[in-house]
Amino acid sequence: MSTTELDRVLALPATEAALAASRRRRRAGLLTHAVLILGVVLFALPIWIVLMGSTHDAATVGRGEVPLLPGAEAVENYLAAWHGGASRTTNVPVAAMLWNSLVMALLIALGKIAISVISAYAVVFFRFPGRMLAFWAIFITLMLPVEVRIFPTFKVVSDLGMIDTYAGLIVPLIASATATLLFRQLFLTIPDEFVEAAKIDGAGPLRFFWDVALPLSRTNMAALFVILFVYGWNQYLWPLLVTTSAEVETVVVGIVKMIGSESNTDWNLVMATTVLALLPPVAVVVLMQRWFVKGLTETEK
Amino acid sequence: MNRKVIFRGVALPYALLAPQLAITILFFFWPAGQAIWFSFLRQDAFGIRTQFVGLENFADLFADPLYIAVIWNTVVFSISVAALSLAVALLLAVLADRQIRGAGVYRTLLIWPYAIAPAVAAVLWIFMFHPTIGLFGRMLNGLGIAWDYKLNGGQAMLVVILASAWKQVSYNFIFFLAGLQSIPRSVLEAASIDGAKPVRRFWTIVFPLLSPTTFFLLVVNLTYAFFDTFGVIDALTKGGPAKATETLIYRAYVDGRVNLDLGTSSAQSVVLMLAVIALTALQFRFIERRVHY
Repeated sequence: MSTTELDRVLALPATEAALAASRRRRRAGLLTHAVLILGVVLFALPIWIVLMGSTHDAATVGRGEVPLLPGAEAVENYLAAWHGGASRTTNVPVAAMLWNSLVMALLIALGKIAISVISAYAVVFFRFPGRMLAFWAIFITLMLPVEVRIFPTFKVVSDLGMIDTYAGLIVPLIASATATLLFRQLFLTIPDEFVEAAKIDGAGPLRFFWDVALPLSRTNMAALFVILFVYGWNQYLWPLLVTTSAEVETVVVGIVKMIGSESNTDWNLVMATTVLALLPPVAVVVLMQRWFVKGLTETEK
Repeated sequence: MNRKVIFRGVALPYALLAPQLAITILFFFWPAGQAIWFSFLRQDAFGIRTQFVGLENFADLFADPLYIAVIWNTVVFSISVAALSLAVALLLAVLADRQIRGAGVYRTLLIWPYAIAPAVAAVLWIFMFHPTIGLFGRMLNGLGIAWDYKLNGGQAMLVVILASAWKQVSYNFIFFLAGLQSIPRSVLEAASIDGAKPVRRFWTIVFPLLSPTTFFLLVVNLTYAFFDTFGVIDALTKGGPAKATETLIYRAYVDGRVNLDLGTSSAQSVVLMLAVIALTALQFRFIERRVHY
């Protein structure tokens, strides 16, 4: 036996072991992909069903054919929903509902950010009587979500004449303990030297807020914007309570009303509306994913 | 924590706090105080006379077998939703954390459902499990299984649990992934060199190191199941059939909105407040512990 041959024989089991290991790794890799794809499908399938269903006529969907391929009625369905809504149940144009949702989501997100950033600034950069009391008052609202004080809150809103108004939809929801805590945390990390330097340069508190504190909070604001936009868009119980008129109906509440008692539901239009209602918040999350993920994991802990 | 260098002034900070405090007092403290006050009162049938009845509203509530059933529903529902969505999210996060091709794409495709409203999630699940127009609902009936969540209470509970858990997976996924990425690679490599297989590495290293995240998420998920799933239940089952899917929050809504029973509904609000306080206290106790590590 020559040396090379001996080498080969000796090397053989090692190679085989290496091959087996790599086969195992590949199998594990395939399994990983398979499970992840299954997970992705679990979330994509319902969307696919409504997306395809929204391109068929009412009879096809109503018969329960559950089409998984596109049909020919896409333009008609989306136009019908956009301009007229489900004419057999609620009759509110989806365009109007989307507009109401957009106004609500934007004003809640911006309103929460605005009032939280200024109250955090007051608590961090000033000393005044009642400072800690104010901080705790804001903090403790964490324990009073809207759901536990539905009816008394509804009564306050109705006494103020804010039923069926944008103000009634939005203002009671824009206090935010979480956002205030986040900005407080951030402001506490601004070095004292910055404040000293600003003072020496003759900058007052408002100037410092505008030129230093706000620019430093920009990333946090972007993250909060995504979280709060989704929060505002997805509200259900509160709009259900304080709105009765079609004028201020939001799309999330509107879809459920479109279904009604299921006896004469235009399912294809419900599907088209679902797609339209999903697009704005999903777009915000996907487009701002980087800030959002970082912001979410930092805000809520 | 306090800053050493601050600005002078008293009027300005009050002005800056005013909007937040005004909303907090008007829409949080005042209504919460009223809920507590009303929970001790009872109105007669015509809403003319109001009488102080002490704890009678609470006594009536807990003597009502239907309310006890609702508490039980809520417990079953919340624990199932939390367990299911945490388990699925953890599995997906562990896999998406591996160094595989397309990891970024998988992450985006698993994160986007965060944007779905609970009520919209319920509508999507109608199209999957409705007995006549849902994909799987029809399949089940085709296989000879009598499937109709509008008639069968157990099936109704199953669908609202599945839809609620489905909506919450992506939230948990985001936190688990962040938790996994903060585990030092060197620890895992050391274990790997010592010959620990992946499954063993997971249970002896990864899972214990993830426990703060898991505990935090458990509290968040229970809170979600308690309060934010109103939309799921309202869109799918309206608490039915025969109150099989009525949870505490849904019952409070029905009593206040539909039955206009001020005393009972306020007593329920107080019970819910105590539940939130308990959950929040749990969460902050845990955060404090974590700080001391």
